[in-house]
Amino acid sequence: MKLQLNGEAIETDANTLVALLEEQGFGDAKVATAVNGQFVPATLRETQSLNENDLIEVLAPMQGG
Amino acid sequence: MRDFYGTTLKNGLMLGTAQYPSPAIMVEAFKRSAACVATVSLRRESGNDRAGQDFWAIIRDLGVHVLPNTAGCHSVKEAVTTAHMAREVFGTKWIKLEVIGEEDTLQPDVFGLVEAARILTDDGFQVFPYTTEDLVVAGKLLDAGCEVLMPWGAPIGSGLGLNNPYGLKSMRAHFPDVPLVIDAGLGLPSQAAQAMEMGFDAVLLNTAVAKAGDPAAMAEAFAGAVHAGHLAAAADPMEPRDMAAPSTPVLGKAFLL
Repeated sequence: MKLQLNGEAIETDANTLVALLEEQGFGDAKVATAVNGQFVPATLRETQSLNENDLIEVLAPMQGG
Repeated sequence: MRDFYGTTLKNGLMLGTAQYPSPAIMVEAFKRSAACVATVSLRRESGNDRAGQDFWAIIRDLGVHVLPNTAGCHSVKEAVTTAHMAREVFGTKWIKLEVIGEEDTLQPDVFGLVEAARILTDDGFQVFPYTTEDLVVAGKLLDAGCEVLMPWGAPIGSGLGLNNPYGLKSMRAHFPDVPLVIDAGLGLPSQAAQAMEMGFDAVLLNTAVAKAGDPAAMAEAFAGAVHAGHLAAAADPMEPRDMAAPSTPVLGKAFLL
């Protein structure tokens, strides 16, 4: 399945958000996630299914003013 | 110091975490400033380098209150979604709410700001809205549930200081019981002192420290200015007057013509 992860096109076998995070090396990283512009809490990642061409955002702490 | 959503801060200095020459210099700036709040943000993470994880470890070790922002958001939806993501990552209800409306000045879109503030306060957030000195907007933000207001001093990163002292003084006078923070536009410690002398409860700055030749020294300078301004405001400053008034008593002066 093809989808966009943080703006990059990727090919994945993952069919849930939690599986995608594991596959892409995020593992236990402190991140927040959104699918197609909608926030997906960590508690719902396991049941969040992924579909072709989904837009996935994985955000982490960063410097800010 | 005044309470910010029930949290009493030990001083009135809030410091950003961006644009420092290195993480070590940022840490040193925090140490020398004794700032008790750090603003942070969220950005895309790479599963390979995990830069955000390292940054978060540094911030945690600072032992300060963390104030996540919604910097760069231009719509209500974007800001609200970012706030939700920040609450989960940083584990705080605090959010520095920015809804930018104009690219050249980074002026807040105050209409979107009020709308987003209402949505977020209804959802349990404690909102620190980045706003202008407009009193009507300020009133609407308070109506929306905000208990803190953060008017700009000048456009973000400009270093111009307090562009509209009259408007800011009016804001202080109109809302004497609301914690007010000057957010953005400060370039020098004297400008921070001026804000505190006017009765503001805190200042939030980043560029003035991070882009100084010696960020840690500048951070310490700002800390001194904030402290001085706070003491001055509490000491009830004299009223200025147009004409001179001799400070040395005239009575008893020798007649020496």
